Amino acid sequence: MSESRHQQAAATEADQAQADEPTMTPQQAHALAAREAARRRRRARPKGRRIRSGLLLGAYLVFVLLPIYWLVNMSLQTNAEILGELTLWPQALTLDNYTKIFTDANWYMGYVNSMTYVLMNMAISMAVALPAAYAFSRYSFIGDKHLFFWLLTNMMAPPAVFLLPYFQLYYTVGLFDTHIAVALAHCLFNIPLAVWILEGFMSSVPKEIDETAFIDGYRFPRFFLTIFLPLIRSGIGVTLFFLFMFSWVELLLARTLTSTAAQPIASVMTRTSTASGIDWGTLAAAGVLTIVPGVVVVFFVRHHIAKGFALGRT
Amino acid sequence: MAEITLSGLAHSYQASPAGAADYAIRQLDHVWEQGGAYALLGPSGCGKSTLLNIISGLLAPSEGEVRFDGVAVNDLPPEARNIAQVFQFPVVYDTMTVFDNLAFPLRNVKTPEAKVRERVAEVAEILELTDRLERKARNLSADDKQKVSMGRGLVRDNVSAILFDEPLTVIDPQLKWKLRRKLKEIHRRFAVTMIYVTHDQLEASTFADKIAVMYDGQIVQFGTPRELFERPNHTFVGYFIGSPGMNFIEVHARDGEVVSGAFPLVLDAATARGVAQVCQDSSNVKLGIRPEFVEVCTEAGADSMTAQVLQVQDLGTYAIVHLGLGEISLKARIDEGKPMPGHEAHVRFPAQHLGLYVDEFRREDRR
Amino acid sequence: MNKVRNNRAWWLVLPMLALVAFSAIVPLMTVVNYSVQDVFDANTRFFTGTEWFVKMLNDPALQAALARQFAFSLTILAIEVPLGVGIALLMPKRGIRASLVLILVTLPLLIPWNVVGSIWQIFTRGDIGLMGWSLRELGYPYNLTSSPVDAWVTIVIMDVWHWTPLVALLCYSGLQAIPEAYYQAARIDRASRWAVFRYIQLPKLTNVLVIGVLLRFMHSFMIYAEPFVLTGGGPGSSTTFLSQSLAIMATAQFDVGPSAAFSLIYFLIILLVCWVFYTAIMQMQKDRQSGGPHE
Repeated sequence: MSESRHQQAAATEADQAQADEPTMTPQQAHALAAREAARRRRRARPKGRRIRSGLLLGAYLVFVLLPIYWLVNMSLQTNAEILGELTLWPQALTLDNYTKIFTDANWYMGYVNSMTYVLMNMAISMAVALPAAYAFSRYSFIGDKHLFFWLLTNMMAPPAVFLLPYFQLYYTVGLFDTHIAVALAHCLFNIPLAVWILEGFMSSVPKEIDETAFIDGYRFPRFFLTIFLPLIRSGIGVTLFFLFMFSWVELLLARTLTSTAAQPIASVMTRTSTASGIDWGTLAAAGVLTIVPGVVVVFFVRHHIAKGFALGRT
Repeated sequence: MAEITLSGLAHSYQASPAGAADYAIRQLDHVWEQGGAYALLGPSGCGKSTLLNIISGLLAPSEGEVRFDGVAVNDLPPEARNIAQVFQFPVVYDTMTVFDNLAFPLRNVKTPEAKVRERVAEVAEILELTDRLERKARNLSADDKQKVSMGRGLVRDNVSAILFDEPLTVIDPQLKWKLRRKLKEIHRRFAVTMIYVTHDQLEASTFADKIAVMYDGQIVQFGTPRELFERPNHTFVGYFIGSPGMNFIEVHARDGEVVSGAFPLVLDAATARGVAQVCQDSSNVKLGIRPEFVEVCTEAGADSMTAQVLQVQDLGTYAIVHLGLGEISLKARIDEGKPMPGHEAHVRFPAQHLGLYVDEFRREDRR
Repeated sequence: MNKVRNNRAWWLVLPMLALVAFSAIVPLMTVVNYSVQDVFDANTRFFTGTEWFVKMLNDPALQAALARQFAFSLTILAIEVPLGVGIALLMPKRGIRASLVLILVTLPLLIPWNVVGSIWQIFTRGDIGLMGWSLRELGYPYNLTSSPVDAWVTIVIMDVWHWTPLVALLCYSGLQAIPEAYYQAARIDRASRWAVFRYIQLPKLTNVLVIGVLLRFMHSFMIYAEPFVLTGGGPGSSTTFLSQSLAIMATAQFDVGPSAAFSLIYFLIILLVCWVFYTAIMQMQKDRQSGGPHE
């Protein structure tokens, strides 16, 4: 629709203008008014409604945090305390479980391996998805719709289906038990996801920007890197978040394609039963440490998440 | 219908504003009389939308009072103020039909269905939406959607005022004039106070009886389009109204003469006296004259100045002549049929069209 | 957007195609290959046509797993969708609280799936887990390993805990995209809270909800790690879903033919359901572009 594009162009101009001088579009004025009104409303709104909303949300957050709290609780206890009487918080707080993980190569290599293939996957997926998404966004070509749909079907492929074939395939090409193997395997669902999200964001950038750049004499690579990518910054951030998330949490393929050299933390964790029973404390600590990277990543993209979760398609 | 009074109004979006620059609206006192059609005109960022949001109650002002018919409404939320507001982008409820959209405000306050039908039919007729009443709002064109938006503001019986925030921005140009006419018709029919915010002076002058020009958070002039044209109160009004805008020449008095830069100006005695007088109080003194009133003669006269003709723009029924008086640049507007100057022109500034502006504001008492 | 017809765009798409094809087509071909053969060893194989497919479709264990899978997917959808919408409506929109709540809500999504299983495994144990212990103290004989009902309920709760944030965040982003003017106009029109929800928020949510239901159905149908870690598929096979059945077959029984056939059936079921959703999404997008709501 020409209007929305003009509005967006106008909005971009308005954003530019805002940087130069303190002008405000009516939209911005309304948004500011709404923020203020919300502030005053928060004070003025019937207390009952606010309290009820707060309680409901609080109840849900307790539901979310309780099992995680329990994990943290256990990670700070010795096995003896865990297996003894149930305690709501550590009576004898200990960081031994964590030290064990940080000092035992079997444990921390698990994290290193997982991180390695996740980062590799993020890089590969991004590098390949960006041009593809641009193509889907700007051009129509033979078979484009079918290609796009086929791409999405790969996200729906149950990893279990590919267990045996992958095992054989990577064994055959000599990539079994390497980081690159897992990184490539995760491309199965991560690349389509990246393309889907990026295409949504790219489509909201008006084509006029491309055309203007080409008229101004930009070659495509320079235009893409210096003009286009900064415009979809938030889309890239969100995509990286999703790539990280889905690769970091995946268990089946990562475990199948590795044995010792590139063993992910998930594998290490599922092998913690020793002769004296399961090492609960260490297991819990390992679990807690797997959550940390995710929290860090989501913290960095928190402003863009809201948009990206709808895959740029609101 | 209500008379809206703004008293001592000031607003800042910052929690603790440091100086004048932090205020979106500064010291504003104004009365909108009942039943009038007003335009609030000004450039982007001057505070128009902020002011509108304050009047409708979507925003509470940092300082000052808003009164409807003398009663302070600062604490009343929008829903209690009987205001209708039309936004820049059409706000329609996609899942409902046009009829249901228009009926929405009435049904929210439990109006009997018969009355609802009557009002909706009436409003639909004025806005020429009757044939589309059963259509889903989602499938309408942008201007139809904006009409529905406006219609929702009109269905209510006892609206104190209708506020329009640049409502025709998304409308195609050829349909803008149609909608503008509709609005005037609505005003005549319902006689409700209307405040129309815009940055387009043409829109403002065709719609409004009186225009409030806003600049940098203040209303700098309130008058009919004619008054704004002939006697602008503020240099900004001079620039903004008229096409091209008013000419402004910075002047100061020197040795009994009025000069601009190094160029001595030939003026009538009264004006020259006035300039000399105000120059004692301020260093920001300007003379203003509209291009329409700059007299361009082909022959020199006693009270004319010689100017260089820099450029002539022929715009059909009139021409804009860019003149240079020493360092000063001026524009003059010459209608078709009048003699066109060559390389040189002789200009006069008729006294009755000269305005004296001290610190940007017009000074009348110069005789 | 008006796209320009340009077949040279294939160059841009080629690297992606190569990688995904390597990850998808090649293995898939292998699977198809196996599904129509009976492989005894590297040298002895017989072409069997659709024999494996027929055998699989008639296998009672598999049919049971399929039934369980559908029951599971539908149950969690019925809970997660309304819950997700509700949470999205409760989440603050602006300010520091918005960021904090956002991060907390997203937390379960960031946990490796086996750790999710482990967390709940620990949490529900009668001796060292808060939930298991509390239930026992309150008198309920909670036993994950012997009672199918307990196992089912726990798995459902675990999935709700794990994946509701996805639905909630989708809806949250849908709500964020609603321009302020709509809410302001609604205030001026004196709309009730319910009217605001029904006429402004819900229509916007429908779009993202379809995406959400698609993603959730897809993923729940493929679920493996969490129930595997939590119950191991038990007690008995009461919580053995399709992925696990397939994994058992593929790895433990070394019967490539039948497992390959089963894989394909599995894949096709998901594809079918997702195709339906996908068409719905595309249709909605087309509706939107032909004179739809403004952003």
